Amino acid sequence: MSQTTPGAEDASRGLPPEQLPPVSGPLVGDEPPPPRSNVVIKEILRGNAVTTILAIVLAMIIGGILIAFTDEDVQEAAGYFFARPGDTFAAIWSAVYGGYDALFRGAIFNYRADDFVTQIRPFTNALGFAAPLIAAGLGVALAFRVGLFNIGARGQMLIGAMFAALFTFNLELPMWIHLPLTLLFGILGGALWGGLVGLIKARTGAHEVILTIMLNYVAYYLLLWMVRTPGLLQREGTNQPISEATPETAQFPELLGPSFPQLDWGFVIVILATVLVWWVVERSSLGLRMRAVGENPHAARAAGVSVQRIYIYAMLFAGGLAGLAAMNQVQGSVTTGFTANIDAGIGFDAITVALLGRSRAWGTFVAGILFGVLKAGSFSMQAQGIPVDIVLVVQSLIVLFIAAPPLLRAVFFLPKTDQEKAAKARAKAAKKAVEA
Amino acid sequence: MTALAPAESADGTLKLATVRERHFKVPIVLAAATILLALLFLFVPRDGTSTFRFGGAGLPDAELPTAATSWILVAVLAVLALWSFVDARAYRRPALWLTIVFGVLAVFAFLVWASADGLVPVTSLLFGAVSLSVPLVFGALGGVIGERAGVVNVAIEGQLLLGAFSAALLSSLTHNPFIGLVGAMVGGVLVSFVLAAFSIKYLVDQVIVGVVLNVLVTGLTGFLYGALLVPNETLLNRPVRFDRLEIPLLSDIPIIGPVLFNQTFIVYLMYATVAIVAWALYRTRWGLRLRAVGEHPQAADTVGINVNRTRFWNVSLAGAIAGIGGAYFTLVSVPQFGKEMTAGLGFIALAAVIFGRWDPIRATLAALLFGFATNLQNLLTVLGTPIPSEFMLMLPYVVTIVAVAGFAGQIRGPAAAGKPYIKS
Repeated sequence: MSQTTPGAEDASRGLPPEQLPPVSGPLVGDEPPPPRSNVVIKEILRGNAVTTILAIVLAMIIGGILIAFTDEDVQEAAGYFFARPGDTFAAIWSAVYGGYDALFRGAIFNYRADDFVTQIRPFTNALGFAAPLIAAGLGVALAFRVGLFNIGARGQMLIGAMFAALFTFNLELPMWIHLPLTLLFGILGGALWGGLVGLIKARTGAHEVILTIMLNYVAYYLLLWMVRTPGLLQREGTNQPISEATPETAQFPELLGPSFPQLDWGFVIVILATVLVWWVVERSSLGLRMRAVGENPHAARAAGVSVQRIYIYAMLFAGGLAGLAAMNQVQGSVTTGFTANIDAGIGFDAITVALLGRSRAWGTFVAGILFGVLKAGSFSMQAQGIPVDIVLVVQSLIVLFIAAPPLLRAVFFLPKTDQEKAAKARAKAAKKAVEA
Repeated sequence: MTALAPAESADGTLKLATVRERHFKVPIVLAAATILLALLFLFVPRDGTSTFRFGGAGLPDAELPTAATSWILVAVLAVLALWSFVDARAYRRPALWLTIVFGVLAVFAFLVWASADGLVPVTSLLFGAVSLSVPLVFGALGGVIGERAGVVNVAIEGQLLLGAFSAALLSSLTHNPFIGLVGAMVGGVLVSFVLAAFSIKYLVDQVIVGVVLNVLVTGLTGFLYGALLVPNETLLNRPVRFDRLEIPLLSDIPIIGPVLFNQTFIVYLMYATVAIVAWALYRTRWGLRLRAVGEHPQAADTVGINVNRTRFWNVSLAGAIAGIGGAYFTLVSVPQFGKEMTAGLGFIALAAVIFGRWDPIRATLAALLFGFATNLQNLLTVLGTPIPSEFMLMLPYVVTIVAVAGFAGQIRGPAAAGKPYIKS
């Protein structure tokens, strides 16, 4: 039913993959154009650094407007705006500056602290927050390169955490085996949940957007049931829906010692995962086939690539990366036992991370760090009375703006591209021709 | 039943050979459901009497022996499944009434089993189901209109949430729920504007915009809730709610009356909206144009319909309708706005759109079904059945996955949904 669901991908003919023209058939004239979602990928990949930076700046400006608008001092000063307009502007400045200053101090460098370790600790916190975002973002990005919208990172994370807890939390093993085993089961759980999507899509042609959204909720309720059922995942001797704490031997040790509590070895594994994804997608033969399917599945099929199998592989990979993100949570930041909300919104943030990273491995890495910075900073902004949700607003605005470069150019009075100029000229000429 | 290569008969006339297909999916699903129920009754037997109470309409309680009734019902279900199998063997399309009767009886059988030595308040069960489905129905209608016009609406969740927010805000400020309702529509339209602008003007992929818009609205309402509503709660977050309106005469009908005709204004508005949309989509010029730009925009353009303008205004209309669904949260069910209070219902509405095959009536029925499943879960918790409530909550999503995967190829959505129209 690939043609029937939102974002229907087989745009031209509405054919599910199994009904694509046979490979051996004669190549007739009207080659079907690549499906719409594949064109989208190209557009996302094409953007440049300038639009990205402008998008971030614009999103921050709008965030600043929101901060100023809701600030109490500003509202008070605006009450006598016409008497003393300067007061209003001063209040706006102090509100916005105070907010973003708190963001900077909470996420990058706390210049008010006494010694260097405390000054730089916020940045290590940000890296710690970034690790699961990058991992899950890589999963979304990889699926994106194959032409799949993986909205299911949340469900894949939940099942990953569930697998790790089910199979390894009750073991007593030395650390050198317990830690990797837990990690492995987490990745396996995510991979299976993701692979399920790939399998259903490959077999029936069902659209992955619907499948992943629905499986997110199935995973959520499954985990919710498990963490509140004694004998499955619920902690002994409590009525709360929470799991056992992560065993000491399964936790990631801190990377830079106890003065940097948020940054652990999980981040190193995420760097390795980034390298792996980069290598697989850009350099391996599997990656070549993946990208071929992403660019145009019809052409890939004609070249002898099994499109279905690539879908399954890609979703296995993507789910595994989401599982890694879950393990960064379970083995790193939330080690006191988890609930059904262990994903903490990372599964959805991963989509924006992948989009901002333009679906490339290292782009996703940088985008994940940016979002980690925003997340770390949001807590110190909260201390200033600015709700943490401002980060969600800024994040989603950034993605919206980079998705629409013409809008950005219009806002910043940048010159139009040649294509846009040509289109405008054509429209003018057509109008003239009609009038004449 | 498509015509194939013509064959010549004895008297020289051409006859078209026809291909006839048997459709076994419905009988298989029915048989599977019957077997599952039978296994459930076999392995988790429950005894006693099940009591069904029909509310204050003067009807006596129905008391049924649990085991006997449930097994009789299973037998009836087996007969129905067999019937649909025979139908399918004879190349007949599965009858819709058969599926519906099967569904009702299956739920009834399950309820009989679940309520052993317990009480099922039928009226309040159905009343709750209708109430829970209201935002789903509005959301699903918004989804149907958007997708029929060729714009995939993943942002239903965002429209519901902003609708709920602005309804709460305006109703608190003006102390008038109707102004709150208008505010909810405006909120939904605002989300739609962004969706339409980005997908139609800037040609950004609609699913991406929808997903990102959900995040944006979640963040925006959460931010404004924390920064404005919490500090000024008495002023800004005390919406005046709609009262129940009892329709005379109609509300006296046993069972149905109190369920359908003792509701709030929004529910009556829902009946009207469903009827109008279902009629207008297939019977008016507006509906024809809407479907044309969603199915074949180029053809629509050729006959002089402005595709992008039609899409833009219809997506806005869809947002207004979904926004009304959002108003239900703050103007009827809960007396104030809460963070992320829509809790993923927008995605169930999306599921209802697909499960209802992009048809207003079917989507409404799907939404009612999902609402019923959610409310059933509440009842089952009270009755203390061995089935965990989470599995009932999972049901709409699983059903949608099965529908999407199992009936792929048989149901198709609007052909041009998800694709921007670029005039060449």
